[in-house]
Amino acid sequence: MKKLFENLFKSKTSSPPEQETLKRTSPLVRDIKMADAETAPLSEEQLNRLTDGEHRIQPMQLVVGAARDVGKSRDKNEDALFTHSSLIGASNASLPFGVFIVADGMGGHSHGEMASETAVRTISSYLIDRLFTALYGNNPTPPAESLQEIIKSAIQEAHRKITKSAPGGGTTVTAVITIGTQMTLAHVGDSRAYNVFLDGRMHQLTRDHSLVKRLEELGQITAEEAVNHPQKSMLYRALGQGDVPDPDVFTASIPQPGYLLLCSDGLWGVLSEDQIFEIISGAANPQRACQSLVDAANARGGPDNITVVLVRMSN
Amino acid sequence: MTDSSTRKFNTGFQSEGNTQLKSGDLLMDRYEIQDIIGIGGMGTVYRARDKNFQAIRLVAVKEMISQINDPLVRKKIYLNYERESNILATLRHQSIPRIYDYFIHNDRAYLVMEMILGRDLDAILAETTTFFSESQVIAWGIELCDVLHYLHSNQPEQIIFRDIKPSNIMITPQNHIMLVDFGIAKLFDPNEKNTMIGTQGYSPPDQYRGEATPKVDIYALGATLHHLLTLRDPRLEAPFTFSERPIKQINLNVSDELVAVINRAIEYDPKDRFDSAEHMKEALINAGRKTGLLKDFLGVTTSVSPQTKVKPVWSFECEDEVRGSVVVQDSMLFVPCYDHNLYALDASNGAFLWKYATQGGLPGKPAVYDNNIIIGSEDNRVYAISRRSGSEVWIYYGTSPFRSSPAIAQGHVFIGSDDGYLHAINLLSGRLSWKMDAGGGVRSTPFIIQENIYFGTESSELICLDFGGNTRWRFRAKRAVTSSPTVVNEIVYFTSVDATLYALDANTGWVHWRFRFGRPSISSPMVVDNHLYVGAADHVLYCVNAQTSKEIWRYQAQHQITASPIIYKDSIYFGSVDKFFYSLDANTGQLRWKFQTEAPITGSAFAYNDLVYVGSSDRMVYALLA
Repeated sequence: MKKLFENLFKSKTSSPPEQETLKRTSPLVRDIKMADAETAPLSEEQLNRLTDGEHRIQPMQLVVGAARDVGKSRDKNEDALFTHSSLIGASNASLPFGVFIVADGMGGHSHGEMASETAVRTISSYLIDRLFTALYGNNPTPPAESLQEIIKSAIQEAHRKITKSAPGGGTTVTAVITIGTQMTLAHVGDSRAYNVFLDGRMHQLTRDHSLVKRLEELGQITAEEAVNHPQKSMLYRALGQGDVPDPDVFTASIPQPGYLLLCSDGLWGVLSEDQIFEIISGAANPQRACQSLVDAANARGGPDNITVVLVRMSN
Repeated sequence: MTDSSTRKFNTGFQSEGNTQLKSGDLLMDRYEIQDIIGIGGMGTVYRARDKNFQAIRLVAVKEMISQINDPLVRKKIYLNYERESNILATLRHQSIPRIYDYFIHNDRAYLVMEMILGRDLDAILAETTTFFSESQVIAWGIELCDVLHYLHSNQPEQIIFRDIKPSNIMITPQNHIMLVDFGIAKLFDPNEKNTMIGTQGYSPPDQYRGEATPKVDIYALGATLHHLLTLRDPRLEAPFTFSERPIKQINLNVSDELVAVINRAIEYDPKDRFDSAEHMKEALINAGRKTGLLKDFLGVTTSVSPQTKVKPVWSFECEDEVRGSVVVQDSMLFVPCYDHNLYALDASNGAFLWKYATQGGLPGKPAVYDNNIIIGSEDNRVYAISRRSGSEVWIYYGTSPFRSSPAIAQGHVFIGSDDGYLHAINLLSGRLSWKMDAGGGVRSTPFIIQENIYFGTESSELICLDFGGNTRWRFRAKRAVTSSPTVVNEIVYFTSVDATLYALDANTGWVHWRFRFGRPSISSPMVVDNHLYVGAADHVLYCVNAQTSKEIWRYQAQHQITASPIIYKDSIYFGSVDKFFYSLDANTGQLRWKFQTEAPITGSAFAYNDLVYVGSSDRMVYALLA
């Protein structure tokens, strides 16, 4: 056991210098990567990645990265995130379970920070209360409600809490339950969830509930106009505001191989999908990828709070 | 999600001029590339899915890459191409593929058109070892004349095809011809601009002089028919030497009437050929009439109107109701019937091949494996019957009726019985390997995937077993689960008599979502690309989004829908207790056609080779054009 820890730590200690290199050069990540590919011999890590060493890990498990940053132009960080990943490995069971949430408090409201924090606390505890023991207890018993009903109730519960504890505050929320290879998503607002495939495809799972997006969907404005629209961050659906919201709820497969990406508009509003993919695919692990994404968004001005959760299924 | 968008990461795309699109690439945010179906000098032809439609619509996407670097010349080429596409887009004929779209993307031109199934005549010629029958050649010839006449009479601009030859003629699975490759490629390629369009061997002398008249196409058609009758490839012979290879010298069986028609079409001097394709068509019909060969093909000359009354291509009468589901394998149709017989028919014409008599009614769907058919009977037995001879291979004896349909995997037949067990029977010996106590009758057909067996019970459960018969999980619904589960992307979909459609996690049995019907259901869901189709006793055929569990459309029949729908190409097919068999547009749920039988339809249909087969309680099996 002790040896195992030593090994683990050894491999840990070798990484920080590299991380710093990445940090320093992150605006030029693309160039560095190209140069690496053409001239430099492959590092151990790159080799591992190429041979997909991570894929052979058993039992299959979630590898999670997360990052949260205030950005370059805001005083306070109104984003909140939550990650939970657990795993049972036994002869008759091998099941990873995860809960991942990103929430972006309303910029103009005094209670923005409270709203997003209340959202992630309420939703995560609601979900874990109902699912954790049911999955991992001695007598696993599925809940009577469907997963779609449970996540929807969690969102609505959060809405009620925010209305009470942070009146006037509002927040987006994108929440995901993963059980095994399937995920259940619930979404309100303009944070986003993407499936990121290794061949470069980015599949946006969520639909922005923003005024501008709606105008674009209706053909009133072009995608270009949308990017520069003055009311870019106006939402027509948010938690804590108005009536009990009806979240978009749906079931999808976790991309395998690939990543699930959750992020606030501080990331997707600043970096293009191609840039996001390039950083993710160039990073050693989800954790580094998240940090590099934040750095890249800050390098481009960091106009808003930046929050990223990146999940990869090993197997 | 409704607004999901897939994007391609395209570094270096422009610089690599000859890169082909990959499976999964999305063009114009609309056409998802699936596969390459052809490669030509100008570029690649892809099979793609049109994502603008929620259900599956396949299209052919023809890519043209110009190698010219001069931007002005390129622009002109694209303009030509666009003009030509515009002309083609106005054409409407059953033998011409429909043009849906064209666009320029990444400096390549794309033409999106109807996906044509079938093979071109050149490929068919390459494989044939015997002469084509005269009646077949006449039938194809008549259709070709028909489409040429249509092109030649196009207004305001007459269209001359200029390159009739076997490789430009597709034969569809229904044995109709389609003209493909409308010379756009040639107009598009400036290298061929000043050279002749056409193919040596099939093109007449006048075409070498630069003439483009209907007579050019008539000659090439004559040359093509000559090739079909003699199997002598004119490209391998000196040009204009047909007179040196009289048809009858090579193929004695051709009638003098047909020889005369072809010889007139391939006259050296255009003046001596038929005036028009229409005249040639009449001559072909007359030749067919005189020899009595045309009777099989009457009707091919009339343009098909889409709203004609549906008539079966053939039908077959059994001795009792057909309540079960039919299956086609290797051109044989298997029909389980309540008269205790399993019938084997020729799928193309309904000819009786053999029948096998069991001692009870056959309510399920046969499974075909290798050379055997497996079926359960209400006589408490499971039969394995030789596909060729119709004789029994083995019989498995149970104690209660087998109303479930067999599923085959891992050398075993898995089948449920009213005795409350799921039976695993060795496929070779017909002996029991194990049986699992399901706690209630099993009429649901097991679904087997990745070493797991999923099935429903009359005692309200959905059970997941491993191959050893050990329970992995059980899920309890509120009423019987008679429908058969289907598993897609690790989610189990099934319906219950408790009027609910369930989506369970295939690994845990947890409920992802539920969808409520107005009444119970025993119809088994069918899932394609996140769209789930299922019927219920509330007379409704539902299309539900499998991710969001939201209804996309519904179609109201006049009575219960107990059968499971099938999807074939862009259409959903199902029968109802209201006696009708329906064909709906899978995208919209709009009725395409319906066909009335004399009694309720409870079994599922089977589609194969553009025919849909279904049995009815009126004792008939019908083969309908899809």
